[in-house]
Amino acid sequence: MLNSAARRTTGWKAGALGLVAALAAGAAPAAAQDHVGQYEQADIEFGARLYDANCVQCHAESGDAVAGVDLAGGVYSRAGSDPELMGLLRAGIPGTAMPPNEFTSGELTGLVAYLRTMRDVDLSAVTLGDEARGEALFAGRGACASCHRVFGEGSRVAPDLSAIGAVRTAAYLQESLLDPTGSMLAVNRPLRAVLADGTVLTGRRLNEDTYTIQMIDQDERLRSLEKADLRELTAGAESTMPPATDALDDQEVADVLAYLLTLKGL
Amino acid sequence: MNRTRMSTMNSFRRTLVPLLLAAALAPGAAAQVTFERLLNADAEPHNWLTYSGTYSSNRYTTLDQITAENVDQLELAWIFQANSLEPFQATPLVVDGIMYLTEPVNNVVALDARRGSVFWKYEYTPSPLARPCCGAVNRGVAILGDTLFLATIDGNLIAVDAIGGAPIWQTTVADPAQGYALTLAPLVIKDKVIVGVAGGEFGIRGYIDAYDAATGEQAWRFYTIPGPGEPGHETWENDAWRTGGASAWLTGSYDPDLDLTYWGIGNPGPDWNPAQRPGDNLYSDSVVALDPDTGELAWYFQFTPNDPYDYDSVQIPVLVDAPDGAGGTLRLMLWANRNGFFYVLDRENGRFLNGTEFVPVNWASGLDDSGRPVQTPQPPGATTFPGVQGGTNWYSPSYSPETGLFYVSAWEAYGSVFEAEEAEYQPGRVFLGGRPANPFGAGANVPGLRRGHINNWTDAAGGGAVIAIDPRTGEQQWRVAMTDVTSSGILTSASNLLFTGNREGDFHILDAETGDVLWRKPLGGMIANGPMSYMVDGRQYVALAAGHSLFVFALKE
Repeated sequence: MLNSAARRTTGWKAGALGLVAALAAGAAPAAAQDHVGQYEQADIEFGARLYDANCVQCHAESGDAVAGVDLAGGVYSRAGSDPELMGLLRAGIPGTAMPPNEFTSGELTGLVAYLRTMRDVDLSAVTLGDEARGEALFAGRGACASCHRVFGEGSRVAPDLSAIGAVRTAAYLQESLLDPTGSMLAVNRPLRAVLADGTVLTGRRLNEDTYTIQMIDQDERLRSLEKADLRELTAGAESTMPPATDALDDQEVADVLAYLLTLKGL
Repeated sequence: MNRTRMSTMNSFRRTLVPLLLAAALAPGAAAQVTFERLLNADAEPHNWLTYSGTYSSNRYTTLDQITAENVDQLELAWIFQANSLEPFQATPLVVDGIMYLTEPVNNVVALDARRGSVFWKYEYTPSPLARPCCGAVNRGVAILGDTLFLATIDGNLIAVDAIGGAPIWQTTVADPAQGYALTLAPLVIKDKVIVGVAGGEFGIRGYIDAYDAATGEQAWRFYTIPGPGEPGHETWENDAWRTGGASAWLTGSYDPDLDLTYWGIGNPGPDWNPAQRPGDNLYSDSVVALDPDTGELAWYFQFTPNDPYDYDSVQIPVLVDAPDGAGGTLRLMLWANRNGFFYVLDRENGRFLNGTEFVPVNWASGLDDSGRPVQTPQPPGATTFPGVQGGTNWYSPSYSPETGLFYVSAWEAYGSVFEAEEAEYQPGRVFLGGRPANPFGAGANVPGLRRGHINNWTDAAGGGAVIAIDPRTGEQQWRVAMTDVTSSGILTSASNLLFTGNREGDFHILDAETGDVLWRKPLGGMIANGPMSYMVDGRQYVALAAGHSLFVFALKE
């Protein structure tokens, strides 16, 4: 996949050259053309990978192989805004060779990020690595499975990740790996509850209302607690997950991210 | 048969109660629901581990905290309101303080069974191709180990983690585009998950499937219509077997000693035009006994041969043991059929032992010695009893070993005028062959699948009743009549209570011996699932759905 990224860089260069040529020939780029800084690098790379797998056959690496369409140059026949572009990617264009696709929202985010920036994005920095290596790291040295579960394997202490690639963008997942606390959803806060008999429960919050709180505890048991019965209840603001960089180098984090993006549920 | 069981039951109960209090821990116990636990589900009545409570499907609980003396102390414990307007027909499971419930149509929710707080919710969006004949319904989940099994309206079987709520595997059972659907709660036997298909109104060829619980891999398939070369195939003339229906849309029962699982089979198709399918049409309108390891047929009994009335035999097989009078045990199957007859069968071999009408019947003059009906088709335009929805239907009956009585929700004096016409089969389209017309003419109202807040038909169109039948004689012991027909299941308890509901929205509790109404509470919506009971922290609860919510009651604390 590193090779893929390298190839993409070459492709970008080719695309950019094509654009320069197009500009020289007087073609006007779309007014709404966006910039690299507006999109997350991880999303752009994910989109580049999806482009390679799904789009390149017709549109070519340069993005201008279909008559009247210049993806790198921002010339689209039907879509203006990002949501319109996402809708087009999903629905396809009836009566043309552009087919409907079952992209997840995270994939659409990635594809749009790449399409909007393919003219001048630099894909030489590695954000998205190798899926197979990532899977091995997830179960092995990364110890992700000691808390997370994927398709019935691993612990339930932390959220199940079987479909995480379908519901989160690449950029969000990358942020979660690098800064778990900063990207922790409020509902997932770690709890510490002291029962009337002094028993201490720790675990992850699942649900809460005024009078009760639900959690999965350190032994993977579902607990529903009456707040009035507790001696103490605290919801931590710090995620119990260490930053992925504690155990993995940048390349390995990129590998795990690539693996997470393959998890799209059943 | 009840006397013998009664004495053992009482001593059983005395030793059981202290055990229960110890076992009924607060939510948190993460014990695996093994097959052994399913086999011995009656030994842990604080839980409700299968659709019908136990494999014998008696819907009888040994929990006896709620009694005739204290029933007026019942109060609402909590309500679960579904985010859905589809009919609520599910029976929840309860495992060690955690309730697993399907929210219509195919979401699964894990709740604190003491107060309804939600731990997690698994949300499933069925394919728009799903178009079941009679409502997008689901009747609940099954459990094995710490995995739940959900059968979806668009034909999938999904394993869901009971602790975390995440799906583990998904397998396709049936094609919704061909009219197939799954509406039942699966049945787990040993290491397999068994499901049957709905779709008898779409020209399907029905089947019952088993899947490996760990992997979702198919273990066997039993076609409810025999194919060429198989015994029974000759009961379908022409090519009618290909589109003959014979669905299996309600959970079966299981006898571990005989190692047989029993399933009710639905109507033949086209529903109302038997001329298109001459012959007995096996195994439509039958009960089949299958080997749960292989799906091999051990025996069958057909209730309604060449059915022109849509008398699905999709009822719960109720398994009861009784002394044979010679020191042995009769292994019985009790069956109040949609066709209006109450049957007693020998479940070892399917032999017919007894059959009696439990509602007015005029489509047959009686049953012969083998249990085959002597059919008396009504002249064109005349009313046939029971009508298309039957003398009863899928509503769970109950058998109480305390009273020795069988209890069923019945539609009484309710008829239809059946009109047959030629139907052309088109894949995925309804294949009905006529219609069940209203006996009172256009504009008049008769009971149907749903009702609104106003009861807009007269009592001439039929009424409902809970009927208590003595299975030794087939005679009615008592009946409690209702203005509207009833679609509620029934639960009985060791304290001789009978819990049921009605379409008018009343949750009522009767004396199981006499039928006296001891307590009632209007819940404001049609009650269609069967009440079930469980215990947590020493408190007995009774749960049932009315309208679009699940209501849970317990004695005042």
